[in-house]
Amino acid sequence: MMTTVQTNEPKRIHPHKFTMWVAMGSIVMAFAGLTSAYIVKKNQSSWLEFDLPVVFWYSTFVILISSVTMHLAAKAFKAREMGRYRSLITITAALGVLFIVLQYLGFVDLEANNIALVGPKSNSAASFLFVITGLHMLHVLGGVIALLVMFVRAYSRKTKTYSSVPVEVAGTYWHFVDVLWIYLFIFYNWIG
Amino acid sequence: MSNEAVVHAHGAVTTHEGHGDHHHEHHHHETFISKYVFSQDHKMIAKQFLITGMVWAVLGGLMSVLFRLQLGYPDATFPWLEDILGKWAKGGRITPEAYYALVTTHGTVLVFFVLTAGLSGTFANFLIPLQVGARDMASPFMNMLSYWFFFAASIVMLSSMFVETGPFSGGWTAYPPLSALGDASPGSKIGMDMWLISMALFVVSSLLGGLNYIATVLNMRTKGMSMTRLPLTIWALFFTAVLGVLSFPVLFSGFILLIFDRNFGTSFYLSDIFINGVGALPNEGGSAILYQHLFWFLGHPEVYIILLPAMGMVSEILSVNSRKPIFGYMAMIGSLFAIAILAFLVWAHHMFVTGLNPFLGSIFVLLTLLIAVPSAIKVFNWLTTLWRGNIRFTPGMMFAIGFVSLFISGGLTGIWLGNSALDIHLHDTYFVIAHFHIVMGVASMFGMFAGIYHWFPKMYGKYLNNTMGYIHFWVTIAGAYLIFWPMHYEGLAGMPRRYYDYSIWESFKQFVELNRFISTVAMIVFAVQLLFLFNFFYSIFKGRKVTTLNPWGANTLEWTTPIHPGHGNWVGEIPEVHRWAYDYGKDGKEFIPQTTPVGADESDHH
Repeated sequence: MMTTVQTNEPKRIHPHKFTMWVAMGSIVMAFAGLTSAYIVKKNQSSWLEFDLPVVFWYSTFVILISSVTMHLAAKAFKAREMGRYRSLITITAALGVLFIVLQYLGFVDLEANNIALVGPKSNSAASFLFVITGLHMLHVLGGVIALLVMFVRAYSRKTKTYSSVPVEVAGTYWHFVDVLWIYLFIFYNWIG
Repeated sequence: MSNEAVVHAHGAVTTHEGHGDHHHEHHHHETFISKYVFSQDHKMIAKQFLITGMVWAVLGGLMSVLFRLQLGYPDATFPWLEDILGKWAKGGRITPEAYYALVTTHGTVLVFFVLTAGLSGTFANFLIPLQVGARDMASPFMNMLSYWFFFAASIVMLSSMFVETGPFSGGWTAYPPLSALGDASPGSKIGMDMWLISMALFVVSSLLGGLNYIATVLNMRTKGMSMTRLPLTIWALFFTAVLGVLSFPVLFSGFILLIFDRNFGTSFYLSDIFINGVGALPNEGGSAILYQHLFWFLGHPEVYIILLPAMGMVSEILSVNSRKPIFGYMAMIGSLFAIAILAFLVWAHHMFVTGLNPFLGSIFVLLTLLIAVPSAIKVFNWLTTLWRGNIRFTPGMMFAIGFVSLFISGGLTGIWLGNSALDIHLHDTYFVIAHFHIVMGVASMFGMFAGIYHWFPKMYGKYLNNTMGYIHFWVTIAGAYLIFWPMHYEGLAGMPRRYYDYSIWESFKQFVELNRFISTVAMIVFAVQLLFLFNFFYSIFKGRKVTTLNPWGANTLEWTTPIHPGHGNWVGEIPEVHRWAYDYGKDGKEFIPQTTPVGADESDHH
């Protein structure tokens, strides 16, 4: 009989952290839906083959670095090194913005090479790339906003917070959007 | 995140550790706004979902009465219709555009706003913290947002009915090209834009709610409440939330592509088709079938999102009012789990006639028919729970038994429709209408009514009037069968759905009288729902007062709270749980609440 074994466990995952994990599962489903649609569409007629913009390699590098700085920021917070923590989340947020800018430059590059992303002349191969990458950029933007909120909180003199839960939740999300981009990058290059 | 959320979360966590929970009454002053409008109390949010759902049920039901009027009396004119609908009923007869708009909005509203938000929004919010033993949801603030996103979705959907070109009219499934091309029909213009905005807000609402329900069930159970001691309501609501969290994002993805096709000239769904009055489209290579895949990947789990909460509540109500343990508790959980898995593997059975590869079709036939196994297990267990029970026929119990009846009748026709060969004949006929209205629509409404009658004393501290309850039950169940049973015959005869006038159609002329009969019954059933609403609102204020904590003699935790529980549910400590929720008629005792410790001489316990 499964009786009280589970409930007597001293340590349980914090509900907010758990909620973030479920939310990530939810986001995965949205992207799984889109990349499945991509595969279905690719196997039908009139699919345009083109090379990914080179700048996507740089953006991949940037988001990888930002995961490292995010990880260090969480470590600094737990060690109560608030000055180091503040500068590290600032760098992380800046790298996030840089990532978004680089993705945008990738779109500009495609348009410059006469590969229309939207509009009547577009091929759904390019439109898919635009929509999926754009949706991912919005998720990164959400992470940047969360970091900004935490940045403001870290400077606030009114509320002193010692709980590492918000930092850990934000960190988990940040690594998640990183991994999500790695998946998309591999998908565009070698799977899709 | 609000601080209060964190306080609550920690409050619950300490219970697990040392059971030394501090007294948790609320000292801060609650204003009208914080108590009734932007409330973070799960019980108030549940009532907000319920009453908003009721408003939509009345509107959606009224729409069906209006289009049944057209189907039942295709030649008649009703001047009063022009008074209320204006140009949509010129000369007292509903125009074809209005007819399609009514059918579409009826479907959207009933499926999403009434039977998703109104059903699981109400009962997941109300029952999860009360039955697992938590002060509130994992995040009360997100929970509040969930309701207000639903409210915003409601406002946008309601507004779409008043725009000049009318609300969306291409069917609740919103298939392209009707949904992707503004020029395709009047309803495809701004009405469709508003439909999309409303549904996007609705998806956000569902996700916020679902995340909370899952986190609460898994993390905030009181001491002793292991997963296998949870009432079946909670298991059902848990699987419902999992289905929603995993399937709504896919619908959202489908909508994003649709928005790009509508507004930014992409060719995901649109190809070089020819539109009357517009000419050939510039789009190239799009596939309308792709949308159907994405839509039904949500759409099929959605029918279980609607049905599972009803199944869970019915299991609980049948057991309480039979004064017997639920038969096959673990089999009930297993079958819920099986249904939740299979829900994701059967979507293409909505698409047998889209040119789907017949071999692939046969796999979907197999997976679809497999759902009969867990469904039959559930029906068997409900019937064996009733068998030789000491049944109390409360209105809640009547509706629970009615649910079982409807689930059997509607489920059997599912076996017909799940066969791809039979589906060639039955697809898009009234047979399908009859099937899903009985098994999903009316059955889930019965689950919802059962839940309302059963938990009304906990919600408002009053009883609903029983006499009105019995009238409501008998007229509704008789009416449901009289409306939908004849539709099976119409469907077998090949009568297609979604047509405006069958009387001018030689093959289906013989059904004119039958359609009139169906329409008449529909109006009577609608009127009886108004009686229910009167009962509901009258009883909130003037109903018989609840004087005991546990009026039904039930075992679950919600009946250990005060008659009017405050925000935080229990005064003092959250009770500890020592047994499962179904110790009825055990060792000579009528019922043993979950909070009663196991006695030394007690027979085998769960």
